[in-house]
Amino acid sequence: MIAESGHYALVLALGLALIQSFVPLIGARLRDPALMNVARSTALAQLLFVGASFVALVTLHVTSDFSVANVYENSHSMKPLIYKITGVWGNHEGSMLLWVSILALFGGLVAAFGNNLPLSLRAHVLAVQAWVASAFYLFILITSNPFLRIANPPIEGRDLNPVLQDVGLAVHPPMLYLGYVGFSISFSFAVAALIEGRIDAAWARWVRPWTLVAWIFLTLGIAMGSYWAYYELGWGGWWFWDPVENASLMPWLAGTALLHSALVMEKRNALKVWTVLLSILTFSLSLLGTFLVRSGVLTSVHAFASDPTRGVFILLILCVFIGGSLSLYAARVSSLKQGGLFAPISREGALVLNNLFLTTACASVLVGTLYPLGLEVLSGEKISVGAPFFNLTFGPLFVPLLIAVPFGPMLAWKRGDLLGAAQRLLAAGILALLALALVWAWAHGGSALAPPAIALAVFVILGAVTDLVERVGMFRVPLGTALRRARGLPRSVWGTAFAHAGLGIALIGIVCETTWNSEYIGTMKPDDVAKVAGYELKLDGLFQRQGPNFREMIARFDVSRDGEALSVMTPSKRSFTTRSSSTTEAALLTRGASQLYISLGDVTAEGAIAVRIYHKPLVLLIWWGPVLMAFGGVLSLSDRRLRVGAPKPARAQQRLQPAE
Amino acid sequence: MTLWFVFALMTVAAIFAVLWPLGRAGRGQSGGSEVAVYKDQLAEIERDLAAGLIAAPEAEAARIEIGRRLLAAAGSESAPDGSEPALGGRSSPNTSNLKWRRAAAVLALVGLPLVAILVYVPLGSPRLHDFPLAQRDRAPGMQQSLETMVAQVEQHLEKNPTDGRGWNVLAPVLERLGRYDEAVRAYRNSLNYNGESAERRSDLGEALLAAAGGVVTAEAKAEFERARTLNAEEPKANYFLGLAAEQDGRKDDAAAIWRGVLAKAPPDAPWRALVQSSLARVGGGSAAPALSDDTIAAAKDMSEGDRGAMIRGMVERLANRLKQNGDDVDGWLRLVRAYVVMGERDKARGALGDAREAVANDAERLRQLNEGLKNLGLDG
Repeated sequence: MIAESGHYALVLALGLALIQSFVPLIGARLRDPALMNVARSTALAQLLFVGASFVALVTLHVTSDFSVANVYENSHSMKPLIYKITGVWGNHEGSMLLWVSILALFGGLVAAFGNNLPLSLRAHVLAVQAWVASAFYLFILITSNPFLRIANPPIEGRDLNPVLQDVGLAVHPPMLYLGYVGFSISFSFAVAALIEGRIDAAWARWVRPWTLVAWIFLTLGIAMGSYWAYYELGWGGWWFWDPVENASLMPWLAGTALLHSALVMEKRNALKVWTVLLSILTFSLSLLGTFLVRSGVLTSVHAFASDPTRGVFILLILCVFIGGSLSLYAARVSSLKQGGLFAPISREGALVLNNLFLTTACASVLVGTLYPLGLEVLSGEKISVGAPFFNLTFGPLFVPLLIAVPFGPMLAWKRGDLLGAAQRLLAAGILALLALALVWAWAHGGSALAPPAIALAVFVILGAVTDLVERVGMFRVPLGTALRRARGLPRSVWGTAFAHAGLGIALIGIVCETTWNSEYIGTMKPDDVAKVAGYELKLDGLFQRQGPNFREMIARFDVSRDGEALSVMTPSKRSFTTRSSSTTEAALLTRGASQLYISLGDVTAEGAIAVRIYHKPLVLLIWWGPVLMAFGGVLSLSDRRLRVGAPKPARAQQRLQPAE
Repeated sequence: MTLWFVFALMTVAAIFAVLWPLGRAGRGQSGGSEVAVYKDQLAEIERDLAAGLIAAPEAEAARIEIGRRLLAAAGSESAPDGSEPALGGRSSPNTSNLKWRRAAAVLALVGLPLVAILVYVPLGSPRLHDFPLAQRDRAPGMQQSLETMVAQVEQHLEKNPTDGRGWNVLAPVLERLGRYDEAVRAYRNSLNYNGESAERRSDLGEALLAAAGGVVTAEAKAEFERARTLNAEEPKANYFLGLAAEQDGRKDDAAAIWRGVLAKAPPDAPWRALVQSSLARVGGGSAAPALSDDTIAAAKDMSEGDRGAMIRGMVERLANRLKQNGDDVDGWLRLVRAYVVMGERDKARGALGDAREAVANDAERLRQLNEGLKNLGLDG
């Protein structure tokens, strides 16, 4: 009864979405508040039913009801409870249900908290939201139904892909989907604005926080996914330029651009048309990401979701929504009001520059991701576009962007003073050069590009600090006043500083990890000692252990440095009987921001074991950076002030005086 | 019935979600107009100024900026051409709106249940109950207890890895559970600690073969050959060496080996039938369909013609018996095989059809039949 009720709830949600798709639109045309309000109650009811459906599927997984095909194929009665729950979205059908659940959640949030929106705008937004929802409900019900039953249920399930039996699965997909799907709100707002033919202040005020929420989740989701791949796949790599990773990076790049242009729009009422286009593009890239991952057109690290029959359906959804919204944009864009003029050297100008670089970077990733697919379709030749391509295209685009990052917040709205900003950043620049010299002197070997890259990162971080220092007047006013001012600073300013500093911190991590990574790869017998980056790792022995649904072989390593015992590391290999496959569980030892990383290979006939030991200097900074960015986002989100960016005429001159 | 009741309740709730706002008609809403946002912004600037967050000249500049936008917004909202009229006056809806509202209500009342039924019925299985594992009377944990026992033995062996007897016990159980790789390891250990023996070598070979999905790999073959050097009569090793020959395409060699095995086999050996059917598969040796050992023993002393007649008689008897009682899957398989061996393919095909018809109502027997046919190489 739970299974069938869940199934029926999903069908009802489809029915409600269909009604929500056009009744509010008719209402908006007739200016009838009752018909427009249908959007709100149906959106809330949809959330209720999809939520019930999702809860039903979770319950079925938890109770191991193998009469449901989805549970039989992806669960096992011996699996620990947490993996029974996370296994719900560890498979194609369940993850699509999570996708629509989150879509319904966002629709419900707009419905519940959208009271200050103009009624017709809300009706349009929710109707567009319902179009997307209907398409995906149909997709789920027709091609990927998680509630299909087996008449003679087997007694035991086939278990979840062992690689996915990890806490990472509990966090990564929900975060990522909250990000992906969150951009549907700005998409719906953009399409609604195009249908209505106007973009007003309420529009801008609403789009930015929603975009920010989606961006925060996407940032955390990507970082989490990267860390998961780092410790679970056993290669110590944290970014593979894998198409599935690119699929999440592209909406992130476009979303970052959108975030900044929405800021301009909210504060200065400018860049409206561009913001609308970016909203459409960002969600289109999210859909593309869903298509790439879920249709199975790729065979990659994430190859566990492949079924060619579904591809056509998603492709259809993709074409209708991207093609439709872009055509609508082309048809209606001229009717939108332009507003807010600004000089090229200004905060707006800086943000436009940021947008240009981000969208170009996004385009380069798009080309690198889709080109191999296109080539395979056209000529049948299978190539892979890997790190070299992306390093050559993505890298050069990001360098000028990073140089520009500290300048942006320093410039005033409408017309800025580049020279003044440069003077204020002088200290940061000098310190960055100092860092360059230090790194050059200290570092042995490695790429010649590494020290300049670190200097750039230092410049970005110090630039963010300089911005704060300038704003509170540190070193110019008494400390007490400065601290009081710091408390009084808008939280969005703090948010900007944290997010920009996070960028620099992640860059330091990336450069250090890729340049000064040291490794030991070989076979070890018990009591053998491996020396990596000054650490001595002695293999104590190999042990067997029985887990709930796997057996694991554990290797014990004693880690010491300069004869002083530090810790014990226990990497392991787990073999899962049901799927007859195995996973490597790497052992990590964190020292500051650096990590020692051990993963096991196969046991040889002589009882020796293949091991890979890496020392990764400052590797954790790669993920602390994004976390800091997300924290900045949260700060900025918590700043609920109405924003208006007025030009500040007197400021630049004031700043110039002490320099003389 | 409860299920349909739940469905009905859910449908009513969904319909209510559509009807509710329609019933609260006329309640206008004024929030969120553009002017309101700008007014909020102006108030915000006053607050910031009072709190000392922004300086007076900046506040003034911002005020001017917002004022400019406010004027523009107010201008367009009160535009006489009516392109942006304020929404939701308290005036009662006009008749055309009422018509649309009724249409929406009808849509909810009729369309929603209709769509739900049309989509659900072909997809759902309303007659199936839930089968949560806890409520199922499992075949009293047979598999379960076996697994725990295996785990116990494994734990014991971890502490005493030189206990040859333990490995001996564990290995076949692992093999039966389908954990072939571990079975191979267990047999290797058994050989290490119990010493060489032809049986153990053949068992190891068999596990290797199972791990390779039924293919006699070079590794497995080496084990069988070692077993044969230890004991040339070892039937298992010989049987699988025959299988290796068959898989290499040397059917005559395979038949020769198997014939040798049969010749030396004790009459009551349980694996006789297996070797015989293998022999029949490669079409080796005697034309006799491997009906039963007695038949063959009896046929040995007959002349060619008598033997043929006897076989034909037996096959006919079998066919008659099966016509009366079609439940005997093995019987059907024997009959089909006999016809094939006798070269009467049409009759074989007829028997096959009869067999399918006879067991069609019983899924388990049908599966056995199909599997048997697959082994005969007569699939479909």
